[in-house]
Amino acid sequence: MSQLVSITTLAESLRIAVPYACAAAGGVWAERSGVIQIGLEGVLLTSAFCSIAAAIESGSMLVGVFAGVAVGIAVSALHAWLVERTRIDAVVSGIALNLLAYSGTRLALRALFDSASNSPGIPGFRIGPTGTAGWQLLARVLLDPVTVLAVAAIAVSPWILGRTRLGLRIRACGENPVAAQAAGIDVRRMRVLALAISGAICALGGIHLAYDQHRFESGMSGGRGFIALAAVVLSGWRHTRAAVACIAFGFLEALQIVLQDVSRASQAATLIQLLPYVATLAVLALGIGRAAAPRGLGKHADA
Amino acid sequence: MSALTQKLTPTAKQLRFGFAIAGAILVFNLLTVIFGEAPLTMLSQAIAGTWGTAYGIGQVLFKATPLLFSGLAFHVALRAGLFNIGAEGQLALASLAGAWVGASLPITSVLALPITLITAMAVGAAYSGIAGAMRARLGVHEIISGIMLNRCADVLLPWVLVAGLGATGLRTADLVAGARLPALDRWIDALSGSAASIAFPLSVAITFGLYVWLDKSRAGREMRWVGINAEACEAHGIHVAQRRIEAMLLSGSLAALAMTGTVLGYKGYYELGLGAGAGFSGIAVAMVGRSSALALVVAALVFGTLAQAGLAINARVPKEAMGVLEAVVILLVSAAAYVRQREAQPGEAQSPEAQSPEGGR
Repeated sequence: MSQLVSITTLAESLRIAVPYACAAAGGVWAERSGVIQIGLEGVLLTSAFCSIAAAIESGSMLVGVFAGVAVGIAVSALHAWLVERTRIDAVVSGIALNLLAYSGTRLALRALFDSASNSPGIPGFRIGPTGTAGWQLLARVLLDPVTVLAVAAIAVSPWILGRTRLGLRIRACGENPVAAQAAGIDVRRMRVLALAISGAICALGGIHLAYDQHRFESGMSGGRGFIALAAVVLSGWRHTRAAVACIAFGFLEALQIVLQDVSRASQAATLIQLLPYVATLAVLALGIGRAAAPRGLGKHADA
Repeated sequence: MSALTQKLTPTAKQLRFGFAIAGAILVFNLLTVIFGEAPLTMLSQAIAGTWGTAYGIGQVLFKATPLLFSGLAFHVALRAGLFNIGAEGQLALASLAGAWVGASLPITSVLALPITLITAMAVGAAYSGIAGAMRARLGVHEIISGIMLNRCADVLLPWVLVAGLGATGLRTADLVAGARLPALDRWIDALSGSAASIAFPLSVAITFGLYVWLDKSRAGREMRWVGINAEACEAHGIHVAQRRIEAMLLSGSLAALAMTGTVLGYKGYYELGLGAGAGFSGIAVAMVGRSSALALVVAALVFGTLAQAGLAINARVPKEAMGVLEAVVILLVSAAAYVRQREAQPGEAQSPEAQSPEGGR
């Protein structure tokens, strides 16, 4: 059992949690501005693909990060524009974006790399000590530039949203768009801005996912955007709590890997995979942390 | 929400389909050019592979069957104001349960088919009922619970197949003869060889029947009112929670019927992944075809055509192009609905029915 709680497990949990936490932070930004965003999955996937494609084409890992973030912002802002300007229902737009991202990246995979499953490999960032000891693993996870960026972005988010003029305006749009509009805030623009920020942070998660695997794989986001959405609800639309929930998901997933190694033969190992989802359902059902959603979520300023 | 639950005017319907088809053809041409193929050649190849031959038509009907059922499932829930994102998991578990019962029945008589269908529908309804009850009684949003339940189904399916049923090769045994649905080529020789079965006319009949039921029955009407304005319904003494749960149960059992086309009408057994994706595509079908029963059937045929056309051109242009088209169609159709509404009633884009539940009819 000592395998279950060790520095290695901690390092693994944190590494696994990064994409979840980024997507959840993106979800909080979007929904606090009043836009329902179930397209996080699509943002993760497109940014993962574009970062890898740009990194391969340019040969620079940094260019890949910038490209991924830029595309994340574009996709997310497109969602805001569709919802705010053409009044497509946000859930429908999110579903369409997810579908577009899944099929689009597969199509691009065929067009650019002539493969149905994955892109060629990239070196990724190699920073920190090499070796397989627990502390070396932890140091590598914590020193990863994408992780550092993600942690920084998630750390300043609550402060921006809670203490700055911009954050207050965005929250005003999320709580009561009609009143915000009346107070002279351009609700539509604020929401596009919030979704751009959301897309940027979420994209970091997608980039981390791809760089961590050193390549892009078809459908590699694997539902993380949806789990993140659950974390957003669990957290009561708060950044810090959402991040904590995501680290818990990361821990559960890391635990599965360890347990599957321990009891490879046992059928029960498969059922351990249910744990994160059943735990989420149970927590939601028990009403723990069921805070009220932003009151203007899904509402428009002029209707 | 209210914009989604209300009915559309006839002109809006035509506009939506016109928009969608024009946009889809445009994007299709763009994609073929990107892949270095001549747009017109590809378009004619896609048409030849779908509506060009009797076999192609049969395949389109086969592809459209599960889409129509899952589209109908999503539609019913949506009319009650609920998003049944979980149809994918519901139809997968229902397919497995139905196929297992259908394969292990000791009888081959007329009773085999109803028992198989009832099992599938019960499992689908039970699984959607979890999301419905959590929404109605505990206030857990059905999108979140639906996503979680889909993931649970993904994990459960291979486990139940291998550990629970002892299946080898991740498939169930063959159904007993009485549980299968006959293929359409029994009556129409031209369709010979295609996978279309009697499940397609069945799905169309159920679609029309359900629309009538939603309009004429007390339960159906109350479901729609709940979708339009739950608060007003509560004030009128309508049991909102109960109607929501009923809508989800109905939705789950309709999603389960998608297995009639795949398991009962075509394969004769369930294997892992059979019919996967129909639950999600059903959302698109419901979005495009929500205005009437006929529109829903046409929408299912459109998306069935896209799926089959993807296979027809796969050698030259990857079939994933059709997924992109599907997304474009959803967005165009949804956008067109709003433009139409704005023209019809400037300044009031919201549902005019939202005032009171009686306003609906």
